[in-house]
Amino acid sequence: MTVEIILQAIVTGLMMGLIYALIAAGLSLIFGLMGIVNFAHGEHLMLSMFTSFWLWSLLGLDPLFSVPITILLMAVCGVLTHYLLIRYILKAKMLIQICATFGLSIFIRSVAQLLWTPDYRIVENPLMEGRIELGTIYIGQPQLFASLICLLAFVGLYWFVTKTETGLALQATAQDRHAAEVLGIPSDKMFALGWAIGLGCVAVAGSMMMNYFAVFTDVGINFALFAFVAVALGGFGSIIGCLYAGIIIGLVESLGGLLIDPSFKLLYVFAIYLLVVIYRPQGLFGRY
Amino acid sequence: MLDKLSLAKQEPVWKNNNTVLYFLSSTVLLLFCLPLFDINSFYLHLFIMIFMHSVMAQSWNVVAGFSGQISLGHGLFFGIGAYATSFLFTEYGITPWIGIVFGMFVSGIIAILIGIPMLRLHGHYFAIATLLIAISFSLVFRRWDLVGAASGLWIPILPADSWIALQFNSSKVPYYYIFLVFFLTTFLLSWMLSRSKLGYRLRAVRDDPQAASSLCINVSYYKIIAYVISAMMMAPMGSLFAQYILVIDPATVFNIEISIMVLLITVLGGTGNIWGPLLGTVILIPISEYTRIYLGGTGGAVDLILYGLILMLICVFRPNGLISFFNRDVIDRKQKR
Repeated sequence: MTVEIILQAIVTGLMMGLIYALIAAGLSLIFGLMGIVNFAHGEHLMLSMFTSFWLWSLLGLDPLFSVPITILLMAVCGVLTHYLLIRYILKAKMLIQICATFGLSIFIRSVAQLLWTPDYRIVENPLMEGRIELGTIYIGQPQLFASLICLLAFVGLYWFVTKTETGLALQATAQDRHAAEVLGIPSDKMFALGWAIGLGCVAVAGSMMMNYFAVFTDVGINFALFAFVAVALGGFGSIIGCLYAGIIIGLVESLGGLLIDPSFKLLYVFAIYLLVVIYRPQGLFGRY
Repeated sequence: MLDKLSLAKQEPVWKNNNTVLYFLSSTVLLLFCLPLFDINSFYLHLFIMIFMHSVMAQSWNVVAGFSGQISLGHGLFFGIGAYATSFLFTEYGITPWIGIVFGMFVSGIIAILIGIPMLRLHGHYFAIATLLIAISFSLVFRRWDLVGAASGLWIPILPADSWIALQFNSSKVPYYYIFLVFFLTTFLLSWMLSRSKLGYRLRAVRDDPQAASSLCINVSYYKIIAYVISAMMMAPMGSLFAQYILVIDPATVFNIEISIMVLLITVLGGTGNIWGPLLGTVILIPISEYTRIYLGGTGGAVDLILYGLILMLICVFRPNGLISFFNRDVIDRKQKR
């Protein structure tokens, strides 16, 4: 066990963490806005990866160039999800809210399995390939690029939510939807927008990962579980918390896998969740 | 409050109580006589599955329907029960009957250990925590060499049928009766629970924790009680299922699909009363078994598509479950809101 290997693990964890952060930000936005946990988040990630894959496979578009199309399609998917399903369960009991998105996740995953079979698929010869060598540390170019784009998207999201008027309207709806409605902010449209942005984040992460990750129907499950952990760790509805939480999770995953036992990677991350919800239920940056 | 409680206790279980009583007793009689008619073993299997899932749904209903804590990883206790009996039998040759009790005991302990820190959490956090814990258990069992790691435990097949080893290879009828007895016992217990003081307190905790605690109901204590009862109801089904299929591995008994199935049945039927899970099972298990026959092996997850669709439709159109078509109380509660 040398310093180089540990450094390598830290770099890998950091790059993965930025992707987790963006996925978690999408979840956190929806959760903070309307108090609904999107249990289909992983399936939405899977859908966006498949979109990216099919755009490459059928139209020959490289995942780098098809990002806008993927974002647009996933945003439409988010708006549809809101208007076809979520709108009806906003006032329902929590059990019903959980079951509805849980049902959606089962539905999307099994339809995907029926249509596309559970095979693993990768994009061959993507534009972004190769690796950078920094001394003894190897950094895969697609991984580096993906994490940088995710960071950029994250900064963009943060700017949008905190600085623009629409973003402030979103925050107002998240704080008190009735008061916001009195001020003329249509909460229904804000919810739809929240879903569009949330799934847009997932679309960026998904299509960036398509450069080096295989897509299959169950791909989203682990990412969604990590996103739940990140949202709890970052704090209920806190976007900036997701960034730190995502990085922490990425580091724990890669360092834990290196130092203890790689087959229990998931357990270390789950342990964070359990510790956080027991000892600091408001998360790192929560406004509980 | 106390007056209302005693009034509620005197209320009949059902409107026109006698008809239901006759209907129920004749159904029970018919169920006991069923194997005498020499029916196809597929139908015996179907009934066994109905009994098993009904108990599982009833168990989930105690924690989710009565005390309002949504557990997304209830298959955990099913797996614990299955491993408890199989491990004791394969390693030490201890009869599964003791194994069942042992499984219940272990499940109860695990439920307490999970419940004490977790049940203080808000609903969503608890739901995610149970999901993560269930997945963690499945990961650990997949790597645990003592219990056979990923290949699981193979219960040695005995040459003759035996009630002590709980193994019947010549016919499904004994299994049918065992599951039937467990089913009826659990149903009776849940009925008693739903009419007992404990049941009313649990529902008070679910509907308004603050009001409940102002009436000297220790909220977290009752939540843990409900969770433990539920876990101990779930474990014997895992044990019996292990004896029924005779080989268990982490992918089967810790499958997240078990948790999904239990949740789906209860939400379909209706949570918070004992008839909902029963109705859900009677509708869903035949659908599930028939789709497995006609569409199984094609590789497409048609049954899962159906489950997801049903779950979403129920949530949108009948949030109180199908039982709300029959049960006047549930409908009244809905209109008042």
